[in-house]
This record gives sequence, structure tokens and C-alpha cells, in this order.
Amino acid sequence: MDRPMDLHYTDAQEAFRAEARAWLADHAPAPRTLPSLDTAEGFEAHRAWEAEMAADRWSVVSWPDEYGGRGVGILEWLVFEEEYWRAQAPLRVSQNGVFLLAPTMFEFGTDAQKARFLPPMASAREIWCQGWSEPDAGSDLAGIRSRARRSDAEGGWVLSGQKTWASRGAFAEWCFGLFRTDPEAERHRGLTYFLVDMATSGVTVRPIPQIDGETGFAELFFEDVFVPDDLVLGEIGKGWNVAMATAGSERGLSLRSPARYSRAADRLVDLYAERLADDPVRTARSGDAVAQAWMDAEAYRLNTLWTATRVLDGGSVGPEASANKIHWSQTDLAIHRTALDLLGPEAELHGDGVDAPWLDGYLFALAGPIYAGTNEIQRNVVAERMLGLPRG
Amino acid sequence: MHFAFTDQQLEFKAAVRQVLAKECTTDEVRAAYDAPTARSPRWQTLADLGVTGLTVPEAYGGFGLGLVDLVPLVEEAGRVALPEPLATTTGIAAPLLADLATRSGSDDPRVAGWLSAIASGALTAAVAEGARPGRPVAGADGADVLLLVVDDPDGRQLHGLDAADCPVDPVSSLDPTRRLGTPGWQPSAATLLTGGPDAGALLARTADRAGVVIGAELLGLADAMVTLTASYAKDRQQFGKPIGSFQAVKHLLAGAQVLLEFARPVVYGAAWALDQGAPDASRAASVAKAYASEAALEAARVSLQVHGAIGYTWECDLHLYLKRSWALAESWGTAADHRARLLDSLLAER
Repeated sequence: MDRPMDLHYTDAQEAFRAEARAWLADHAPAPRTLPSLDTAEGFEAHRAWEAEMAADRWSVVSWPDEYGGRGVGILEWLVFEEEYWRAQAPLRVSQNGVFLLAPTMFEFGTDAQKARFLPPMASAREIWCQGWSEPDAGSDLAGIRSRARRSDAEGGWVLSGQKTWASRGAFAEWCFGLFRTDPEAERHRGLTYFLVDMATSGVTVRPIPQIDGETGFAELFFEDVFVPDDLVLGEIGKGWNVAMATAGSERGLSLRSPARYSRAADRLVDLYAERLADDPVRTARSGDAVAQAWMDAEAYRLNTLWTATRVLDGGSVGPEASANKIHWSQTDLAIHRTALDLLGPEAELHGDGVDAPWLDGYLFALAGPIYAGTNEIQRNVVAERMLGLPRG
Repeated sequence: MHFAFTDQQLEFKAAVRQVLAKECTTDEVRAAYDAPTARSPRWQTLADLGVTGLTVPEAYGGFGLGLVDLVPLVEEAGRVALPEPLATTTGIAAPLLADLATRSGSDDPRVAGWLSAIASGALTAAVAEGARPGRPVAGADGADVLLLVVDDPDGRQLHGLDAADCPVDPVSSLDPTRRLGTPGWQPSAATLLTGGPDAGALLARTADRAGVVIGAELLGLADAMVTLTASYAKDRQQFGKPIGSFQAVKHLLAGAQVLLEFARPVVYGAAWALDQGAPDASRAASVAKAYASEAALEAARVSLQVHGAIGYTWECDLHLYLKRSWALAESWGTAADHRARLLDSLLAER
């Protein structure tokens, strides 16, 4: 296939954009009007918004029609995301399911699993959290100790152990988690990927207030929790491979679309322009950082289109996903840090009755270099798998 | 939307890479340090392959192609620290001369002659970054034609001189292959190529192209440095193991690699925008030069640090790439210059 380089979207893609824009204009709540999704009230408000999207098949545009999507490709998904962020529509409460578990389920799930789980995921009737990290297994994920014991009599597995930092864990209905099914095997080989109903007897949830005071994540305790065989995703003992597919989505193309950063960078330039009128001397000192942040967002957009084209041409995303994660997490921080500098003494204003989008965004961005594998782990991956340096 | 090079473009890149690996070894670059020349047998090889005339219109013996075609080849030139001025001659001068030649009513025989000579490999060019009388111009020492700029009350003027008509005072550079020289010349009606608003627009476009092609050369240099240094880190043993197994070393190299990975699509996208005459092409060019400069400077910093003392020697090849990177990062606008230019453009639309 020798198509010349072309960075224009097609007419059909532009028509899709117009349709998405019109729908969002009619339906999306005004920016920042829903309560935080990390509160019980906000969680339900965000769920209702996603149900509204799902009703008109806008919640998972890239999925096949039968599961609630529109069957469009990755480029159309990027276009939809551009419109979503342009409309400043709410954060996606279903993101762990839609952006992380779903791509993994399309790759490894049985037809029955897809039919059972994808439609309620699309409509946000069931919201998922991630049960991976443990108190003693963070960056060293393969060191997890939570166990799954075989029960032939019951036709399934019995889970025990503790998971932590489960985003949306306080309110989610389902959890996708890694458990050790073979304690004798080499540590990467003895793991299995389970889908767990949080209402199962033996599951206890302890919400953890985050740095912003809200309960964005939770500790999960499993005491003899029974999971039937049909809730194993992929093969027994192959959980690490399945998990790395999820991690690839988390770091690579699907979790953080470029539009998120392009919009934030544009708003940063707006803020700069406003502040320049008020206090030109002080504001101008941030000019270089504002331009750098805008460039970082633009570089992310172009890199994503480059990668998406490679994928559409039959290529794959390997360790580049780690480079990607380092870039988007640093970009998010740079945008918000620069905004706080522009706000100066007003940057710290927060709490009841104060709308502080930049400070909220900064607190959110601070987690970026930590979750989905710390950036230090990602640098190891880049060094070992892109540059061929020896493992330590 | 299809953001990729064609198979043909990639095959040409691979062919040029193969030729340069043979004809532009680090020994050859060192020989050029001792005796810098603008044209060499290697330049003729590139001309015979169609590289030097890639952007020259077909009417003058070239291929009439754009920056998207050229950029991968300039990357390869950067990878081997090619001493000859491919980016300037084929990436900056030829498109500028082609712009002059293709305007209606233009039949300047000098321009036609220069374009044909670029395609045949008989000419290298030096292009001044702006109107800076008395300051050195890269490549001027040894170039066959000099494209120079003066400020005039009616705007800028572009002048062109054959080397025979323009005495050049050589100026030494940390990288001798830069062949800096200060042209001793007087603008005249005979040297004038264009002036007024036309020259302004032409020179603005030239500066944008320069940002992209110099950016491409910086990508090649950055890749060469990271690759060379990763290879050194695999071999060099300390504390009984390769230094590349230590996280402190890995993280330095990974940081440089991430910058390089993200600089590539930025440069390619800007090349496409310029070829298309896209409304935001100028902005894209600024992002390209800034990103490529930062990527190369970081690759240079990290490479020297990971090599340690050996990297600080004349004997180690690393300095050949370092010096070119430092020079190019400062040319045609620094990263900070381009960020300022971008910010002005972003504010202007508000």
C-alpha cells in the first residue's frame, strides 16, 4: 500500500465529527456542572450521563454495533475524542472498563463473556475497577501474593488476599484483577486474570481518601471469594500476558486521547492571554513554558496519528506505549503546573464554593507519573526494549 | 489521514543509508575536519542517486519533489554527520530558487543555471539566515553560490552571487565542516534576485523550510548519538557488569529516546504542512525546529555523560555528532526563539 502522506481527515470523518459535535452540543452538561465522580452523588450523575450517551450510541463508538458501538475505526475514535474534549464533557466514570478492560476482552474474551459484559459496560450499568496493585506489589507487579485456590467441586476458584489503589473501587460493581493460581510457578507464569462481581460474598471495600480529600480509590479485601470458571479472562496461568495487553492500552493509544491535552493547552494559552492584560511583566515570564506545553500537546497529537496509522497498516504498539505514557503524563503536569504559575497567589484557592479547574487538574496530573506503572518503570522498558540495554 | 511515508520513500531512505554508511564513515568525517570541502566524490554519488536534485523542478533536471520526500534522506545525512551541505543546498536553497523560477514572468538565467547545477551535483549553496552584515554564514567558505539577504527601506532583499563574485573570509567553527565564512560583498542591481513584499514572503517560507530540514538533520544526529551510546553502555563494564544495566544510566538514555520518538512525527508533520501550503505550516515548522533541537541537545548531553571521560576525547567519535548538534541547534532559530514565535502566533489568533 503506497498511499502518500496525508494528515487531512476524510470527508466521511469530518461528517462524523459534525454529527458528534451536534449531538454533544444538544446533550452534554455544561462544563464542570456535575459533582465530582469520586463522590457517591457524582458517581451516579456521571453514570446517568454515560447512559444518555449510550442510548444514542456515543459511549463506545469504536466497538461493534452489537455491543452498543458504531463500529468505527481508531481515527474516527480520535475525532470523537476531539469533539468530546472540545465540548468539555464530563470525565468518563467508565474509563477503566471502556478503555482498559474492553480492548483486553476483545482480544482474549469468549463470545459469552463479550455478550455478557460489554453491553452493560457501554451503558455504564456496570462500572469496573482494577484490582492489580497490592500493598507489597506496586512497581513490582509480578510480585503479587493474592491467591486463587482451585475448587473442582464448585467449578471455579476461591480468591483471597488484598488489592489496593483500585480507582473507582469505592463504587464500582465489578473488578478485573490478577491472582496467583500457581504458587509454584515462576512468578510471571502463575498468574490468572479474573472478573469479579464486587457483590460476591467475602469482598470488602475500604475507600481511601485521596490527596484532594475524595474517595477516588479503595482497598479491596478478598476472603474466600468464589469466582466461577466462566469469569476467567484468557487462560489459567497466562494472566501476565493478558494484563500486559491491558497495560498496553493504559499506556498506549486508548486511555489518554490527545484531545484532552490539546484542549488543556489551548485553555492555557487563553489563561495566558487573560493574565497578560492584567499583569504583563509577571505573566510574560511564563511565556516560554506556555509555548512548551502547547508544543508538548501538539507533539502528542502527531505521535498518536503516526502510531494510529502504523496500527491501521497492520503494525503494532510495543514498548513505544511506555514512551507514550512518559510523554502524556509529563505533558499533563507541565500544562497544569504552568497554569498555577500564571495564577500565582490565587493558585491555592480550593474548597467549598471555589471552582478551581487548574488546581483540580494539577492534582489529577500528579498521579500520572505514578499510575499505569511509574515513569521510572516505563524508562526501564524504553531502555531495555527500545535500546536493548541489559536487565539490571 | 495516513501519516506515514510510502514504501518508495522508505526504500530510498534505506538506499541512501547504505551508501552513506560506506562513503561517509567517521574516518571520512575526520578527513573533512582536516580538509573541509564543499563538494566531494561522495556529493557526486548523492547527485547520481538523485538526492541533491530531489527538490529541483523537473524542468531543471531534478525530481520536483517536496520536503516529505527529502526529510528522510536528510535524517540519514545527520546520522553520519555528513560534512556536505545537503540540508542547505537541497532543503533550503533549491526550493527557494524553485520558488523564484516558477513565478510568472521569471526567466532569470542565473536561477535556472543554479538549479540545474544543484541537480547535477555541480553546486553547493550557502543561505544566510537573515540580514546580518559582517557576520559569518554557514557553508559560505567553499560554496559555489551564496544566497544573501539585506534589509532595505522597502523591505528585505534577496541577492544571489556566484562564489567567483563574492570573496569570503573564512571563520573557524568548533565543527570545521560548518565552513563558516563572512562574505565580503556589496549588494547591487546585478546581484538582486527579488525585493519588497515578495522577498519577505519568500524568505519567511525559506526560514520555515530551514526549520524543518535542519530539524531532520538533528533527528539523524540524535539517533546516531543515542544508538552509539546505548551500544557503549552495553559493552562498558563497571562493578562487574555493563553500565547499561544500571537504572541511572538507563533512565538518562530512555529520556533522550522519548524526546527523539516524539520529535520525529513533529518534523514529518511539518514537512507535510509546508508541502501542502497548510495555513498552520509556519507554526508547525517552529514546533519542528524547537522539538528537534531539544531532542538533539538532550541526546548530546546524555551521550557525553554516559560515555564519561572517553566521550570528552578527540579520539572518540562522539564529538563529531555533538559539535554538529550544538551548531545546528543554534541555527535558524533556537528552541526558545521558536517557542516565542509560536506563542506570538497563538496570541495573534485570540
